[in-house]
Amino acid sequence: MPSPDSVRATVQTILTRHGARSTQLVQILRETQEALGWLSPDCLADIADATGRTLAEVRGVASFYRFLHLKPVGEYRVLWSDNITDRMLGNRALMMQLCRELGIRPNTTSDDGLVSVALTSCSGMCDQAPAVLINHRWVGTRMDRERVAQMAALIRQRVPIPEWPAEWFVVEDNIRRRDLLLSCTAEPGEALRAALARGALGTLEEVKRAKLRGRGGAGFTTGAKWEACLNAHGQERFVVCNADEGEPGTFKDRVLLTAHADRIVEGMTLAALVTGARRGFIYLRGEYRYLLEHLQDVLARRRADKLLGSAILGRLGFDFDIDIHLGCGAYVCGEESALIESLEGKRGVPRIRPPYPVTHGYMGQPTVVNNVETFVAAAWIVQYGAEGWLRAGTLMSSGTRVHSFSGDVAQPGIYEFPWGVTVEDMLTECGAHNAQAVLVSGASGACLSLVEFGRRLAFEDVPSAGAFMVFDRTRDMFEVARNFAQFFAHESCGFCTPCRVGTRLVVKRMEKIERGRGSRHDIEVLAELDTLMHTATHCGLGGVACNVLHDTISKFRPAFERRLKSLHFEPGFDLDAELAPARAATGRDDDDAHLEQRG
Amino acid sequence: MSTESSSFLLDEQAVPFHEGDTVLAAATRAGRYIPHLCWHPDYGTHGSCRLCIVRINGKPAAACTVQARAGLEVESNTAELNAHRRTLLQMLFIEGNHFCPSCEKSGNCALQATAYEMGMLGPHFEEFYPDRAVDASHPDVMLDFNRCILCELCVRASHAEGKDVFAIGGYGVRAQLLVNASSGRLADTNLAVTDRAAQVCPVGAILPKRKGFSVPIGEREYDTHRPSDIVPEDTP
Repeated sequence: MPSPDSVRATVQTILTRHGARSTQLVQILRETQEALGWLSPDCLADIADATGRTLAEVRGVASFYRFLHLKPVGEYRVLWSDNITDRMLGNRALMMQLCRELGIRPNTTSDDGLVSVALTSCSGMCDQAPAVLINHRWVGTRMDRERVAQMAALIRQRVPIPEWPAEWFVVEDNIRRRDLLLSCTAEPGEALRAALARGALGTLEEVKRAKLRGRGGAGFTTGAKWEACLNAHGQERFVVCNADEGEPGTFKDRVLLTAHADRIVEGMTLAALVTGARRGFIYLRGEYRYLLEHLQDVLARRRADKLLGSAILGRLGFDFDIDIHLGCGAYVCGEESALIESLEGKRGVPRIRPPYPVTHGYMGQPTVVNNVETFVAAAWIVQYGAEGWLRAGTLMSSGTRVHSFSGDVAQPGIYEFPWGVTVEDMLTECGAHNAQAVLVSGASGACLSLVEFGRRLAFEDVPSAGAFMVFDRTRDMFEVARNFAQFFAHESCGFCTPCRVGTRLVVKRMEKIERGRGSRHDIEVLAELDTLMHTATHCGLGGVACNVLHDTISKFRPAFERRLKSLHFEPGFDLDAELAPARAATGRDDDDAHLEQRG
Repeated sequence: MSTESSSFLLDEQAVPFHEGDTVLAAATRAGRYIPHLCWHPDYGTHGSCRLCIVRINGKPAAACTVQARAGLEVESNTAELNAHRRTLLQMLFIEGNHFCPSCEKSGNCALQATAYEMGMLGPHFEEFYPDRAVDASHPDVMLDFNRCILCELCVRASHAEGKDVFAIGGYGVRAQLLVNASSGRLADTNLAVTDRAAQVCPVGAILPKRKGFSVPIGEREYDTHRPSDIVPEDTP
């Protein structure tokens, strides 16, 4: 264990690196934990003192993020990704095997402090699942029984993780279908030169003409957003790349960040040119910590090549630079105003909207927040022109969209299609021959059944945030719904009543049905909770928390009904079983000692 | 001062407003009741309890978060919205440990009174019965986390009076009130029983000590009037 003096010195170094700025609090906490393993009360007190925040506030921020620990955890912390696609590949059995071999239970730390094992929300590796996240830094893919047995041995022998078999940490891109964006081989700087040739306004016009819509899910028109930021009053403007890819089943941003990072930064720089922003942020989800050095290298290289920093491409006054902020395990930070709160060093609770970030964003200033893919698309449009973009896609959905395919498909991975493609064609392309359901857009998306496979992926029909999870006829759609119910209860920020309590109540009802104690009344209560959450939650995430539940109840009702004990009311417990202690005490077990006559 | 240009409709009746008012603030000033727990005229908008859920031009919104504008059509006292409010109240009851008969706040409690107002007859959902501690360390103030509804009024009041005794920690159903002391105990803060932060709690989470039942049940605040009995500010 490090001495108190060395702990203090480590914290001071990190604080100094961040200028002890209050806005850097989440980064300071994350880096402190990465250096020291957990956030001790003394560390928190030092950080509170230096940043000018109260101790309670610092505790409040630290305890908001799932990946920050206020109590000691294992030297080795193994988190198993728990998306439905991980479950379908047996993640839980593997986790239990690891626990058995290490002699611990899930969600506990071994007595010697060596190891802890737990579940985590989808880590964005659905195409190479089951996946683990180790010490919030290393991503292990394609786990199997053999790897788990070997991992247990390595942990017991305290072998440092960098010395583990390198092939475990290989994250493949798995690009299966390329269209406009993924086949692009432009050199760094080409889109920027095209933009400078067009001028800032000409660049904006081109993006508007291409009718590009945001790829994060809501589909707001990108050009209109950039223009609103340009026209908003403020001292400073900011461009933020939302790389907090937390939607279960979505991993296309992971691949773009890996294979097309230059195009992302290029798109951000275009947005800066248009809006006059001088600073930008990439908000990278904590699960993608392994990409941090790669992204920093890209930024450094671009600075050296005059594609980032001051006087970009020699143009005086064209100054723009980017910081990378890491998330710490909070799905809600994918919501743009929660993301900005987190960037400002706060709990990731969504803001009241309006005002929107485009007028009142980071530090209250006009801020463009776009999805990773949106920036890549903007770079394409500015370089190659709106005409080519408009030729792909549909009337209301121009261009292409990158999808993450997982679940029961022969070839999981990344597929880029023009908008307007049918679900059927997508299923054929990925080799899914026995599908009963497709979940488009992840946990907050829509669940389509066989009769809807003729529908098209487009904003005017089935919009998508980029996830495409396939379930074949052997799958139990109740379990799919239950997985996402647990996901939302785990990811609720806890701010508003309907989401905080409602997501938990949904889980409790689903568990009651799963135990075989459900009745039609429980399904009615679930529908009631769905309606309330759609109407009354503070942010959009609470509103969509029951989407999959709603769709599975209406389209796959037998999956629920075959579990019901009765179509009438059933209590959540077995009344007769509750009388067992009384029967034992009186030594009776005859028919009259039971609530219902047996036999 | 009500003119055509500075009023909106609340359940089909005109409500005048001042520049910068939210729908809830304007309605309250006009003596019109929209149920709420986390909103307070001195501490403004929070938006967490969601009881002030209304429909504005048909779209659901929290009345405390929406700026009043001329011509808005606000629906509040409808069967649909009151049913949602009952459910929200039931959620607040079942997530904590609220035993009204043994609570000193009974009769003065906004949660209890609003539940009566909305016609809530029972918990409807299964209680969570969370295991939460009581902080009785402070000489004059009792802090009972079992009754906290996370309205953050104490957090905001303490911030406004420059003490920052409270904050919010955790997430999801484990979100909780934090006390600003390295011990985490109220005794180790500079909170005084006379602080607004010690008095603003709408439920029985923060109570003064040694004041038990000094006003008898039957003569308490909500024994004599209902939350909906609001006196309009502009009347003499």
